[in-house]
Amino acid sequence: MKRMKILFSYMQGNRLVYIGAILCVIISAFAAMIPSLIIQFAVDSVIGGKDAQLPSFLHNLINRIGGMVFIRKNLWVLGLCLIAVYLFNFLFVFLRGKWSAKASESIAKRLRDRLFEHLQNLPYDYHVKAETGDLIQRCTSDVETIRRFLAVQLVEVGRALFMLTGALIIMLSLDVRMTLLSLIVVPLIFGFSLVFFMKVQKAFLQADEAEGRLSNTLQENLTGVRVVRAFGRQAFETEKFDSRNVEYRDLSYKLVRILAVYWAVSDSIALLQIGIVVVVGAFLAARGEITLGTLLVFFSYVNMLLWPIRQLGRILSDMGKTLVSVGRIQEILDQEEETQDPGCIMPPIAGDIVFDNVSFEYEKGRPVLKNISFEVKQGQTIAILGPTGSGKSSLIHLLQRLYDYTEGSITIGGVELKKIDKKWLRRNIGVVLQEPFLFSKTIRENIGIAKRSVTDREIYEASRIAAVHTFVEDFEQGYETPVGERGVTLSGGQKQRVAIARTLIPDTSILIFDDSLSAVDTETDAAIRKELRKRSKDVTTFIISHRIATLSEADKILVLEDGRLVQSGTHDELINQPGLYQRIWSIQSSLEQELMDNSQPAF
Amino acid sequence: MNYIEEQEYTKRFDLGLWKHLLKYAKPYTKQLILLAFIMILAGGVDVVFPLMTRYAIDNFIIPDKLEGLPLYALVYGLLVALQGFNTWALIMIAGRIEVDLVYDIRKTGFKRLQELSFSYYDKTPVGWIMARMTSDSQRLGESISWGLVDLTWGFAMMTGIVIIMFVLNWKLALISLSVIPFLAAVSLFFQSRILKGYRQVRKTNSRITGAFNEGIMGAKTTKTLVLEERNLEEFKVLTSDMRSSSIRVAVFSSIFYPIVSALGGIGTALALWYGGSGVIAQSISYGTLVAFITYTIQFFEPISQLARIFAELQSAQASAERVLSMIDTPLEIEDPPEIKAVYGDVFNPKRENWEPIKGDVTFRNVSFSYKDGETVLENFNLEVKSGETIALVGETGSGKSTIVNLICRFYEPTQGEILIDGIDYRKRSQLWLQSNLGYVLQTPHLFSGTIRDNIRYGNLSATDEDIEAAARLVNADSFIRKLEKGYDTEVGEGGSRLSTGQKQLISFARAVVANPKIFVLDEATSSIDTETEQIIQNAIQKVLEGRTSFIIAHRLSTIRSADRILVIVDGKVIEEGTHRQLIKKRGYYYRLYTNQFMEEEEARIMRRNKSY
Repeated sequence: MKRMKILFSYMQGNRLVYIGAILCVIISAFAAMIPSLIIQFAVDSVIGGKDAQLPSFLHNLINRIGGMVFIRKNLWVLGLCLIAVYLFNFLFVFLRGKWSAKASESIAKRLRDRLFEHLQNLPYDYHVKAETGDLIQRCTSDVETIRRFLAVQLVEVGRALFMLTGALIIMLSLDVRMTLLSLIVVPLIFGFSLVFFMKVQKAFLQADEAEGRLSNTLQENLTGVRVVRAFGRQAFETEKFDSRNVEYRDLSYKLVRILAVYWAVSDSIALLQIGIVVVVGAFLAARGEITLGTLLVFFSYVNMLLWPIRQLGRILSDMGKTLVSVGRIQEILDQEEETQDPGCIMPPIAGDIVFDNVSFEYEKGRPVLKNISFEVKQGQTIAILGPTGSGKSSLIHLLQRLYDYTEGSITIGGVELKKIDKKWLRRNIGVVLQEPFLFSKTIRENIGIAKRSVTDREIYEASRIAAVHTFVEDFEQGYETPVGERGVTLSGGQKQRVAIARTLIPDTSILIFDDSLSAVDTETDAAIRKELRKRSKDVTTFIISHRIATLSEADKILVLEDGRLVQSGTHDELINQPGLYQRIWSIQSSLEQELMDNSQPAF
Repeated sequence: MNYIEEQEYTKRFDLGLWKHLLKYAKPYTKQLILLAFIMILAGGVDVVFPLMTRYAIDNFIIPDKLEGLPLYALVYGLLVALQGFNTWALIMIAGRIEVDLVYDIRKTGFKRLQELSFSYYDKTPVGWIMARMTSDSQRLGESISWGLVDLTWGFAMMTGIVIIMFVLNWKLALISLSVIPFLAAVSLFFQSRILKGYRQVRKTNSRITGAFNEGIMGAKTTKTLVLEERNLEEFKVLTSDMRSSSIRVAVFSSIFYPIVSALGGIGTALALWYGGSGVIAQSISYGTLVAFITYTIQFFEPISQLARIFAELQSAQASAERVLSMIDTPLEIEDPPEIKAVYGDVFNPKRENWEPIKGDVTFRNVSFSYKDGETVLENFNLEVKSGETIALVGETGSGKSTIVNLICRFYEPTQGEILIDGIDYRKRSQLWLQSNLGYVLQTPHLFSGTIRDNIRYGNLSATDEDIEAAARLVNADSFIRKLEKGYDTEVGEGGSRLSTGQKQLISFARAVVANPKIFVLDEATSSIDTETEQIIQNAIQKVLEGRTSFIIAHRLSTIRSADRILVIVDGKVIEEGTHRQLIKKRGYYYRLYTNQFMEEEEARIMRRNKSY
């Protein structure tokens, strides 16, 4: 029920259109009843000459145009009435189609937009842990399930119900006995289809699972193709796949058998119902208890009703699926978006950066950073060194407020970081991640993405500094080369270089490189760093790196271990202190020792 | 996993493609004929029911007689039973054809995938192949069987109706059906627009999926660059497109369907007018009039379904194109028939004819270039004696991997030849070589199943003792026994429940049970803890004993212990010798070695620090 409410809330803003669509469904469902009545009138009263029981206004109308005699001579009048009904119906069928599409498509669009926006505004942490495949599944097929339900199935349910009501009223007014007889199988067929579709869910599920196993086997084979070939296991793999393929095939057969029985039985019941109407109707009509026209009305209504009722069971069991989809989508939407205190300001982001006794934990009781304090003057280059998991990345994540520190204070130019608007902050601090994501656009678009109306000159300049230019020239389409699925695949180092160029474009006064030159070869690394130094003296730069050449050039080196700042200082200071930095530096001397050993003649 | 389908829709009906598809339907000729027969029968029965009504009116109701009514009821009941049977048979046959067709296509596809050469896998993303093997083949089977059922049934019914109408009263038939030309014109006009609309909707839909994919994968980058608004704007353009094109299709359909039924209504009106006058003039019976009215309604039903069926068939055509293009990819490496005759093929090897292998490997003037013309090796020569360990070092893209791929015959030389025991390996079957080859990957790949199954993969006839002996040899035994279920522990999909080091050891054990003469190792660069590394090093040494080995080496310890080191730059051996010899040279190897030394030591220090 809660999910029903949620589903209803998705319809907000489009409810009026949707209600309009449903009104049209009602009208057209009733309109669809009329042609049979006209035919009844034609057969019984006009052609058969029996007295018609008509509402008085129709009676008057007929008398005015010349009475039964006139209609009898001019049967085209009734034909025109038929056509008029169809044209009237045309309008409402059209409006129903248009409005229900408009409502359901708008609902789907809003849902998609909302999901996309929401996902983007979820905290950084969510995306670190997110399962991409599952999320995409929810955003696409679950939205589609809901859309289809709203656009087609719900409307169908409405139509079937109103038709049933309308037909029931008319039929009852014509003949009670025949009505009961005509609808005798309706509960049966409805119950049958409902129970049936609930029951076969299991068979569907089994087939789905078998299909999952089939595609897993396939996927394992494809990703392990080298192993398969190297051991010459093609025949073995083919057998394995075949057994999955057979399993899925046999379960599908089972479904086919079940469905065949269902449709055959429900078809037979429906046809039998029509048969009962025809035979008993003929019996009653022959005895003069009902007219031929009445029989025809029953006959066509039964025809009209049975089909939607058989579908109803399926639709209702599909509704379960829709509600599951609603639940899966709502799970995403219920995740809390990134928030910040009101009253955040947008000061110029420049000046000295001061960490004062900063602690941070992702989960309560498991601190990642402990009591970190240090100062950075504007324009300095800070190198951060530390083992994996020591908290280096967390430290710089704090600067962009991707996470908020739990204790202590960080100030930039004297302003407390938590008072600064998150987006403003991020816009003014450039970060290059270790594994940057490039969008499937051209290289030019990727580089210029962080700034609107970017000029070619800015792009070329950033590309030159980040050494993008050197490899882009080799591409046939140069900067217009698309990246990603439909374009070239860039190497890890090339991606990092494009990401650096992209971050340079907004011209921020703080730059952070999160081990983002790790895949670039040492010479290019050096060249990029040289260009960066030339570029601006006032830019404060943080670099996470293991490379001694990078570290040694920094104004200050911070050494993190296990969430603590254990050492800080310049290269010259740190090589004289025992610690991580010294040990890294000493590799060089142990290398020389090693080479000496190897150069000795073997004994 | 989610596989994003890329969708390119061909516009025109492609006759050649459908002919090609028929090949796959050939084994089902009998069933298809039976199916066609039943569909015609079913359509026929559909057409007979109004005749039954006509009979009831003309023989019972109008003359007020009841004689023969029980017999009539019986016939009616039989017709119902017949139609019930038809429905059953129809679904059974069409369903089975669908399922079998999908099964066949997948089977053929999988077989092809086992034969395709590596160049195919290098250019083709796994997701792309997955989409073809799963959703595309499914859609193909579905649309072909059910689309054709719908089409044939509808066609049979319409033909039947026309015939019976003309038999009953040709004048009335002509008048009632006079709307058909208009119907044809209207259908043509709308169908093509609806189809085009469907295509547009599908295209936009796949772009939206792509956008979601990017939005989620790139969320972290989006945050750091503050691209949220920009991305959302771009996304909204897509969803707006989607909304308007979907609505456009819906509007066209909601004009088209009521027009069809209105045309049907005109047909009914004409039948009523002309037929009714006929009844009054007593030239037409009541029953015939009613039958005509029913027919005019029945006739137009299948037509409103046409657009949907065509759209389905069209997307089936696109699926077919993709699946068939995969299945028809030419094999780049294929054993010629005369070799297959002696050695058998991958599915039916004739092991009794296989020569034993010694393990000498010779490259003689080997050149290799990729299809796009990029030359990787030129006049490469190398002589390796059985039992030697060769380390290949060089930067990414230097050609090391190509050399190894050539040895494995994953690729073949474009010029020159590779000799195994002095004979060009193309004179023997691929499987002969690969069965004598052990191969351990940089990132070990395990299959889901137990550890035992995974080790046995190297030698399907290995006993449990063999498996445990192999595990002991590579020092995997101790950790395996510590697991709750020991050798029967499930490794999880892709080995996800084991650490990289553990997976590495299992893949070594797998290679050991295979007992290959030639061993290829693509060494991992990723760092594992020092203890595991030591264990792995020991394992490697044991595996290499007595085998010709090629190692794409990254770890210094492996490189140092090789019999020969080849330094590859741009596809050429620029330095060659033992570790000591090369260090003395102070050349390329010396630089490479010192760099690697620094990195390994750094990594070692970082790890050691982490542990306290």
